[in-house]
Amino acid sequence: MTLGEIKNILNAMVLTSKDDLEVDVTCAYCADLMSDVLSFSVTSSLLITGLTNKQVIRTAEVANIKAIIFIASKRPQGEAIALASRKKIPLLVTKFSMFDACGRLYQKGLRCEAEGG
Amino acid sequence: MKLKELSDTLSLELKTPEADLNREVKGGYASDLLSDVIGNAREGFIWVTIQIHLNIVAVASLKGLSGIILANGRRPDEDTLSKASAENIPIMTSPLPVFEIVGRLYTLGLKCW
Amino acid sequence: MGATTEGAFFLTGKDFTNAGTASSELKGILEGLQVKPDIVRRAAIAAFEAEMNVIIYAVAGMMHYSITSETIKVIVSDMGPGIENIDLAMTEGYSTAPDYIREMGFGSGMGLPNIKKNTDELKINSTVGEGTTLEFVIYLSKAA
Repeated sequence: MTLGEIKNILNAMVLTSKDDLEVDVTCAYCADLMSDVLSFSVTSSLLITGLTNKQVIRTAEVANIKAIIFIASKRPQGEAIALASRKKIPLLVTKFSMFDACGRLYQKGLRCEAEGG
Repeated sequence: MKLKELSDTLSLELKTPEADLNREVKGGYASDLLSDVIGNAREGFIWVTIQIHLNIVAVASLKGLSGIILANGRRPDEDTLSKASAENIPIMTSPLPVFEIVGRLYTLGLKCW
Repeated sequence: MGATTEGAFFLTGKDFTNAGTASSELKGILEGLQVKPDIVRRAAIAAFEAEMNVIIYAVAGMMHYSITSETIKVIVSDMGPGIENIDLAMTEGYSTAPDYIREMGFGSGMGLPNIKKNTDELKINSTVGEGTTLEFVIYLSKAA
């Protein structure tokens, strides 16, 4: 699923570059806690989260997360956005709750390959 | 839909055997932040989380949630189970990650907002 | 219900095992007094968030409640770090919680805003290095 499709499904706004919409993700993971984000590393993935600090961006880079979408209209600060742009990690934000955002993406075919931990 | 039906459909493992599974589930909420659940979840919602400490029972009780599903194969603490039994809050577990559990709940017709 | 029902609970800092006990008991007392379920829920939520703040940040504290036919008044006072900037603390998402607290799911910066949302009056006084006193009031509708 491309970020462009995800943007449409979740009425999302792109915080980084518009060119990022071609990026393709094959699975999604949702996490509210840093330790959970840290424990997840599946390539070509989308992180769905409400955590907006710079640490999440750095973790995403290390964990090969392809893109991040923030739920419930939570927005990272300028520094985090700048870091993500530098690291070429697209950032989107949606007004949907975690539950509805995941639900909608799932209905359109996105899945999660993470093993239970 | 009834909690029992939801539990069977998702093959959830029930950790609180005496809990009332006949209750109606009105929607769903996914969050690991307790104040977020307190502020935004609605009565009758099913709560999907990876938190296992006993404060999740207090939150579920306060908000009148229909139950808690622990994702990623997380096992509740003993304290959590005792409190859940005492407060009649059903706790179920699933090996699936939150995204998958929520996806299936959503497909069954449960929504958040 | 003409008389005043009053009481207090002692709160121990970092006692996560018993966290929520005071607000749960208060909820029981309100239900016993036949307070309307919606108001019971609001009071319990506000009390819970206030109780959690004491347990997360302070050394110890007290929750004092006073219930009349007109109002539910709860005063939560603690010996803790105090709040440096109350306005800032009231903004959603602002938190001074350490990482281990956040990993438990607390400290997301919603506690004080949740209290404000569920109460009719809210007063916070604090002295950095000494402690905080939070007082909230919920109005009860006149009995039919």
